[in-house]
Amino acid sequence: MKKFPLSAVALAAIVGGSAATQAAGRDTISIVGSSTVYPFATVVAERFGRSTGFNTPKIESTGSGGGLKLFCKGVGANTPDITNSSRRIKQSEFNDCQNNGVTEIVEVLVGYDGIALANARSAPKLELSLKDVYLALAKDIPGPDGKLMANPNKTWKDVNPALPATTIEVLGPPPTSGTRDAFAELAMGGGAKSIGELKALRDLSADKVAEIKAAMGKLGLPDGFYQALQDQKGKAPKGEDLFDSIAYAIREDGAYIEAGENDNLIVQKLDANPNAVGIFGFSFLEENGDKVQGSQVDGVTPTFETIASGDYPVSRPLYFYIKRAHVGKIPGIQEYAVEFTSNKAMGEDGYLPERGLIPLADEELKKVQADVKAMTPLQL
Amino acid sequence: MSKQQSLKATEAIQASLKKRYARERRFQWYGRLAVLTGFVFLFILLFDIVSKGAPAFTQHYIKVNVDLSQEVLGLDPGASEQEIFSADYLGAIKTSLREMFPGATGRKEKQQLYRLLSIGAEYDLRDKVLADPGLIGHSSELWLRAHSEAGSYLKGQVTAGTAESERKVKDLQMTWLDQLRDQGRTESRFNTTFFTEGDSREPEMAGIRVALYGSFFTLLVTFAIAFPIGVAAAVYLEEFAPRNRITDLIEININNLAAVPSIVFGLLGLAVFINFFELPRSAPLVGGIVLSLMTLPTIIITSRAAIQSVSPSIREAALGVGASKLQTVIHHVLPVAMPGILTGSIIGMAQALGESAPLLMIGMVAFIMDAPAGVTDPATVLPVQIYLWADSPERGFTEKTSAAIMVLMGFLILMNALAVYLRRRFERK
Repeated sequence: MKKFPLSAVALAAIVGGSAATQAAGRDTISIVGSSTVYPFATVVAERFGRSTGFNTPKIESTGSGGGLKLFCKGVGANTPDITNSSRRIKQSEFNDCQNNGVTEIVEVLVGYDGIALANARSAPKLELSLKDVYLALAKDIPGPDGKLMANPNKTWKDVNPALPATTIEVLGPPPTSGTRDAFAELAMGGGAKSIGELKALRDLSADKVAEIKAAMGKLGLPDGFYQALQDQKGKAPKGEDLFDSIAYAIREDGAYIEAGENDNLIVQKLDANPNAVGIFGFSFLEENGDKVQGSQVDGVTPTFETIASGDYPVSRPLYFYIKRAHVGKIPGIQEYAVEFTSNKAMGEDGYLPERGLIPLADEELKKVQADVKAMTPLQL
Repeated sequence: MSKQQSLKATEAIQASLKKRYARERRFQWYGRLAVLTGFVFLFILLFDIVSKGAPAFTQHYIKVNVDLSQEVLGLDPGASEQEIFSADYLGAIKTSLREMFPGATGRKEKQQLYRLLSIGAEYDLRDKVLADPGLIGHSSELWLRAHSEAGSYLKGQVTAGTAESERKVKDLQMTWLDQLRDQGRTESRFNTTFFTEGDSREPEMAGIRVALYGSFFTLLVTFAIAFPIGVAAAVYLEEFAPRNRITDLIEININNLAAVPSIVFGLLGLAVFINFFELPRSAPLVGGIVLSLMTLPTIIITSRAAIQSVSPSIREAALGVGASKLQTVIHHVLPVAMPGILTGSIIGMAQALGESAPLLMIGMVAFIMDAPAGVTDPATVLPVQIYLWADSPERGFTEKTSAAIMVLMGFLILMNALAVYLRRRFERK
């Protein structure tokens, strides 16, 4: 039995080798973060790696929240240099970063992404309003007496008589996804705002406790709801906080189906089931134009132009964040950011818009380019 | 009376006989049906994967007359290698395409024209010129890589039958491609890129090299750790350890460990090896350690079974002629048990090869283009590469996904065949 000493030697060599390379630091940029920014970041990374002498950055798709958590863990070769995010960094995450010694963060806005509601080409195109979306998908909606009740709508026709009488069956991302957060905020929140009672509640500030409670009474909410939110936040909630927790709750009775993070899968399921509606990023709609069609939302079809101009209501900004302490230590970070924000990549005719990224307006792009050049740290 | 009774019993048996035979026949048919269902599903799966994946093994090339004169490339005579590296090859390709199709005038049309060729054509051309600087200064007919969308038309996956707005290849591009094909300027070749390149965002430039290297390094680490520890543990537990409560407890725990979901090992790897020992993220070293923890119970359990099945007479004979316990085990028991141990190990390794869930947690799900040179360089593995491609929006990745599945299944079949071969070979001795 010679295998024991042999593999022991191999093991020793492996561990020894790892210690040696560890000490040398890192010469490849490490990027983590949003799965929505991932398709764009990888395209930039690939061009960057092929056209310069730097190594191709390593990009992990961890989700926006996961990426920021890793990013804010500290400074050093073991932490990522850049994190992608499909939403802006939150104050709590920013504070977390500061506490862990990541004091200077450069924020780079890269463009916009539209969230499409789409169905199969074989089905009639839907013309929805944000209110329809809210009434179709919310967990609780105001009933005829103004009090909240479990969503009774079974078909699209129940929501709006102008819509077809097909069962509401929506395939969308799970709660861990940034797409879901953005969809809840933009589409559900947007729709709820068009309902008088909810809008009134949203406009109340935290000090108007009595009025908030009165509005809650009108909606038929128990007092415990206010208390629970207060405990959770640690301070008196605003009307907007109450609004968010009502409006962003998506129904759980089977009408909304969590289809996982894989947008391709949703497209395939839509193709097979003409009654279903899917929620996914605009780039998937563009790539699969032969199978699915984007529904009109508030009279606007999701296209490149309508998202860029801001007419399409369900769109969100995309960012990446650079750890300034790593610039100069890990080779190529600033050069990568410059490549990402160059006109060649992010400009209107650049290669990223070709992939479905909605580009920034000219002045916005100029400001971002200047910030990247100067590595201006973010103030929150 | 007893005779009468037995007669009655015989009648009853004979009456029920037919029923019993029928029941048996029915049962056999159920069995056949079950086997058949299994085969049908396997066949559908294989057919789906192979029919989707087969086109990925070919890549179309387009012959372009490229003008590589100094003014087009923006080079001075006697340019250094660095200057040649960063010359304007994209410009040269665009100029040449415009000359071939002077009809393309508008901005949109020109963009469509450039989209016939892969983004990688620029880098291919650069590498060709670097390898043979004699190309500079005149035009030459060169085969350049086609875009995956143009390729999908040439492969017949997209036809003019669908409405133009619903497909990526436009009518104009189809006319150009038809012209090129009629002139013999298109060619389908075996797609070597698929094996020699790392991941890419262009389907026609994407390959599984990084994933193959990553899988190899990961399995190397897994084997180096799990095999010696697993066999040593099995030998000790089977041959030396006393039978008492503690060893019983250990045995139960090993069996439990084998049933732990693999994602849990990933979380353990993240907490212990990356956060505590600060080993690098995304590295095959950590992946291998995590997978070795996962395969360890399999190896221990199968090795113990193999050692148990060694006939006691062999041990007794060895001890009888004066061998020590250790000599008995190493000279006689282990060689006889080896086929079983190896089979178990290889099956454990095959399991590790197909595993992706634990690697999710330790950062091996990443976009990596450069092949790893060692176990600490970032890498992905085959199942993770499949996952990443399945999630890409570009249509061209559908076939790459299936092709990568074919490669992965090929390796799994190979490893299982090796296990069978080893068992047969050693058993004959």
